[in-house]
Amino acid sequence: MDGFGDNVAFWTLSFLTLGAAGGVMAARSLFHAVLFLIVTFIGVAGFFVLLSADFLAMAQIIIYVGAIAVLMLFAILLTPRADRNNAETMMLAPAVLLAVAVATVIIFVVYDTNWSTVAASPGLTGRELGDALLSTWVLPFQIASVLLTAALVGAIMLIRSPEEEAEDER
Amino acid sequence: MTLELEHFLTVSALLFAMGLLIALSKRNAVAVLMGVELMLNAANIALLAFSRFAESESPIAGHSFVAFVITVAAAEAAVALALAAAVYRNRETINVDQIGMVET
Repeated sequence: MDGFGDNVAFWTLSFLTLGAAGGVMAARSLFHAVLFLIVTFIGVAGFFVLLSADFLAMAQIIIYVGAIAVLMLFAILLTPRADRNNAETMMLAPAVLLAVAVATVIIFVVYDTNWSTVAASPGLTGRELGDALLSTWVLPFQIASVLLTAALVGAIMLIRSPEEEAEDER
Repeated sequence: MTLELEHFLTVSALLFAMGLLIALSKRNAVAVLMGVELMLNAANIALLAFSRFAESESPIAGHSFVAFVITVAAAEAAVALALAAAVYRNRETINVDQIGMVET
């Protein structure tokens, strides 16, 4: 990958994604943090396109931006009297130390290892992904659908109000 | 300048560290969940980078893994946010440093 466009896309997406992630950390309002998070998700989807995973980039935008970010906004709106100032706990200094240590170790390992890479893109599209999901990975695929059903039922059970539970017992 | 596997893994590591920092330091449970989602996204970038660049028999495995990670992340977000709403109903707060269950 050495085209001029690839380089421009990579560096733009890097600054966009990491800058927006920093915005999630720095924003003083929880709503602004969610908006920065949406920008981060879109940047990650851009990386997916750059890594020639077009179907997953679309899925990323639909699921993360369309569902998870909206779900987070709902959670904020459903907790009206909770704090919305996006403050840190007392653990900020140890968390910074740990995050810097983890990033240092991972980046050191990445540059220390001699990866055996190929230059040409494997050129995978949604067609190959669908084939793999329904042949090689069909059992994990089924388990994922059971997991989604369980999560749906679990979320509904957790969010029911006590009045509704009392109604069921009658 | 040629873009290599290392570039993408560096971005992934930095995004992961940022998510870890947010998940460990934020006070609101929804903000903690944002950090977790950032870490999952960083892992997805790393998986797709390996799928694109690494010498492999079946590079589609990385794509399949990312599809499953996205599925699990969606399920996790739904349950976590329902938990936050349930905790809020009992405690009137979702600050993670005020909802300890052992000490009052």
